[in-house]
Amino acid sequence: MESRRNPRAVVDPKVRQVGFFTSSQPDSTHPIASDSTSSPSRNSLSPPPRLPRRRLPDAFPGGVSRDLLMLPGVGMDSMAAAKSSSVPPSGLTTVSVVNMPPPGLSGIISCLYCVLSAEGGKAPLVSSGSVASANYDDESRVVKAKRRAVVKQTEAKNRVELFRHLPQYEHGTQLPDLETKFFLLDPMHPAVYKVGLQYLSGDISGGNARCIAMLQAFQEVVKDYSTPPEKTLNRDLTAKISSYVSFLIECRPLSVSMGNAIRFVKNRIAKLPIMLFESEAKAALQSDIQRFISEKIVAADKAIVRHAVTKIRDGDVLLTYGSPSAVEMVLLQAHELRKKFRVLVVDSLPKLEGQLLLRRLIKRGIDCTYTHINAISYVMHEVTKVFLGASSVLSNGTVYSRVGTACVAMVASAFRVPVLVCCEAYKFHERVQLDSICSNELGDPNVISKVHGRGGINYLDGLTNNANLQFLNLMYDATPSDYISMIITDYGMVPPTSVPVIVREYQKEHLLV
Amino acid sequence: MISERLYTFADFVCKTLFEPLINLIDDKKKKKPLFLSPSNSEMDFQVVILAGGFSSNLAPLVSKEVPKALLPVANRPVLSYVLDLLESSNLKDLIVVVEGEDAALTVGGWISSACVDRLHVEVAAVAENVGTAGALKAIAHHLTAKDILIVSGDIVSDISPGAVAATHTRHDAAVTAMLCAEPVSGPAESGGAGGKDKIKKPACYDIIGLDSSKQFLLYIATGVEVKRDTRLKKSILCAAGKMEIRSDLVDSHIYAFKRSVLQEVLEQKPTFRCLKQDVLPYLVRTQLRSDVFSDEKAVEENGSGHGKNNMQNNDGVSSQILSNAFLPSFHKVYESGLDIRKTHKCCVYIADESKYCVRLNSIQAFMDVNRDVIGDANHLSGYSFSAHHNIVHPSAELGSKTTVGPHCMLGEGSQVGDKCNVKRSVIGRHCRIGSNVKVVNSVVMDHATIGDGCSIQGSVICSNAQLQERVALRDCQVEAGYVVFAGGEHKGETFARK
Repeated sequence: MESRRNPRAVVDPKVRQVGFFTSSQPDSTHPIASDSTSSPSRNSLSPPPRLPRRRLPDAFPGGVSRDLLMLPGVGMDSMAAAKSSSVPPSGLTTVSVVNMPPPGLSGIISCLYCVLSAEGGKAPLVSSGSVASANYDDESRVVKAKRRAVVKQTEAKNRVELFRHLPQYEHGTQLPDLETKFFLLDPMHPAVYKVGLQYLSGDISGGNARCIAMLQAFQEVVKDYSTPPEKTLNRDLTAKISSYVSFLIECRPLSVSMGNAIRFVKNRIAKLPIMLFESEAKAALQSDIQRFISEKIVAADKAIVRHAVTKIRDGDVLLTYGSPSAVEMVLLQAHELRKKFRVLVVDSLPKLEGQLLLRRLIKRGIDCTYTHINAISYVMHEVTKVFLGASSVLSNGTVYSRVGTACVAMVASAFRVPVLVCCEAYKFHERVQLDSICSNELGDPNVISKVHGRGGINYLDGLTNNANLQFLNLMYDATPSDYISMIITDYGMVPPTSVPVIVREYQKEHLLV
Repeated sequence: MISERLYTFADFVCKTLFEPLINLIDDKKKKKPLFLSPSNSEMDFQVVILAGGFSSNLAPLVSKEVPKALLPVANRPVLSYVLDLLESSNLKDLIVVVEGEDAALTVGGWISSACVDRLHVEVAAVAENVGTAGALKAIAHHLTAKDILIVSGDIVSDISPGAVAATHTRHDAAVTAMLCAEPVSGPAESGGAGGKDKIKKPACYDIIGLDSSKQFLLYIATGVEVKRDTRLKKSILCAAGKMEIRSDLVDSHIYAFKRSVLQEVLEQKPTFRCLKQDVLPYLVRTQLRSDVFSDEKAVEENGSGHGKNNMQNNDGVSSQILSNAFLPSFHKVYESGLDIRKTHKCCVYIADESKYCVRLNSIQAFMDVNRDVIGDANHLSGYSFSAHHNIVHPSAELGSKTTVGPHCMLGEGSQVGDKCNVKRSVIGRHCRIGSNVKVVNSVVMDHATIGDGCSIQGSVICSNAQLQERVALRDCQVEAGYVVFAGGEHKGETFARK
């Protein structure tokens, strides 16, 4: 489509225009403005004919007070629905929910919301690793999302151009602001709030742990839930869960494991028979969530351990990176079985997660060596096997994991050392990702300018706001499948190419049950 | 379908039946509401305001009619600031503890007139001189929520109590204290009319020991207790690694306690009288060898049992994953080294330096608060300022050639005579001030009468007091209803009836 290609113009070197763009804003003196208006709406389907920049009718006119927590998550859904099925949402009137609204009105409106969300429900809630189809270089979308946000977030000023589609907020202000609102978030459940606080402050990290914490919070939610009059449990509870999820997204973008778990929970709620009493429905839901945790996470971990320990032989030198919970269990079990091996823990700044793993391994009496990732090519010659964890494994066999994993896998493959990835099957996802750029998470940029414990060499301290210097703290990276020898899941030990088969055949089962 | 309908209908009916009963219960002493689940129960916090009684520090300002909680700051009782702060944080269910039956009656009467329909307050009267810990013990059976937020009733502050509660919940702490920057104290004696304020720093308020992440409290002591030296617990220092000792932070008397911990301590140590001086340091001292171990912190991680046991226990595994994911505080690390010792966490929330927090526990503090609320911290007063940066009630009458400087406040119905000069002072309602009067840096409460030619500097004149002509007062306090005879010159005296 040549008509859409812009004649080559001299642009500011800072502005990278990637992909198709219109010639509507030729001035390059305002890089921010041109970048945002010229980027096409990149949704996950991205058909060649570019969708017109749809000005969605302001579904929530008059601004939304912070009390309207029911709407945000559903609002995102409705926008996703609009984009993927091109059905414009009907205009809805705002309902102010400060006092108890007249039951009839809110019942109607909640039905309307849920109709919209049902339409968009076919598409997965989390289509990418980050926020559901909200691109952060689209200014109007960002402004709308901010108006609905519970956590007040100020955009970081100095952002790397290539990653402008990912959310980046000023980290210093989020936690204090959320803390002061502790008693003001009326519709928020305290368990969900606590989990959100823990995400935001970085107290809890790791795919499994975050997922378990969130599911336990949802169990509390279900336990304390009571259906308001004139509403059905299915729709109201789904709406509530959506609002809590959008709150958690604001605290920290969801991981793939959490996304799958949320899909499961919503599915179970939708499948609840209408005939059930409320208490029975709640009990059924709680047991479902408990079953998910015990089957998909705990039992899966046990199965992985069973498979993986067969791969560990006496005299092995095993390398691991970061602090993967599955690999830790494998190592501990192998030690229980009296296998003679030693472990090399590779770590990296700024998180230094390896130290936590190291402490726990040493307490059990396993021989460990500890090094940083800059020495990986030096130590790799003595390693016999590499065990890695994953945040998710994608359909083309790409392993999406903590940043640095790709590096380790690449060096291992250069040294002809087998790389085994331990990942539970519930973390598999059907999307395909070719690089680490299109979907990632940006962490706090200030931590990479400091070296913990060495105050003397913090030369970058005053420079975070310098216009010529941009900090980039990526949290995840994508390891291509060529570097992976085998993926150990609870369905067995499979090559990376079998992942789409597992996704296709087995992921449906928990949706159909 | 039908059965479900009936269920929700019954639910609905129950709610409508109980609603009017709930509204009837308002401001009854020592009565636990039967039907009402407190509106703060979403976050499972109960709020207790310790309003004290008649404090001897503030005599003669306090009297039988005016307990400490009702002392006027910028013409509003100091308790109203606390109630406003809590109301703005959406905490509508409060318990106010007052020492002494009379004081409780007075406070209760004021609260019911001021807060009806906005807050649900219960006033509890406890015996005098039992101290804050004793007062809490007296109402311990009313406390049901998982966590208790304890606020002192004589604080003027704009720090949100939600922040303390959030920190408390996040760390699952046994106690969380709030620290703020120490207040700037005004001059004890004003150097001449309109002289510059000399900032005088008293001896340090509190000595606080923090860990390197500034989240945990390792040591706390009040400045007055520490005369020459003090002792730190070596085990805490070794476990934490680094301790930072600060004397520029002040305990602001807003605490969040875990209810089980608080009740345990109060039961085990009946001799404890004061929260701040006894209970809090005790909890901080024993944080690594806790006797008030709370159930939530079950040591499931590794501690006892082999890996095999853990493997067979599903819940154990999932909680293992969870606990492994947390960044370990030094408590966890210390615990993992031992088998059975239990620890509890004492957390701290350090308020931003721009926030204001002052406690009314001395006459100097009273003067400072009055000065600040109409001066620097005037967002707290809730009044709107005129163009001259002062608040003059429309019904106040000023004589000719009378000047009212900035940062002043005149209550309603006050009459000021001719050629008067009012600077940085608070004048209450319905006062009668004669001519040629100079009022500087002072607080004049309601219904006071000041004769002609008086000069009042840095003093407090309580309600209904009467000053006859040509009285010169400097740094004095005049009790309520007292009559100061004409023509005297007094400096630093307290006028009270014997």
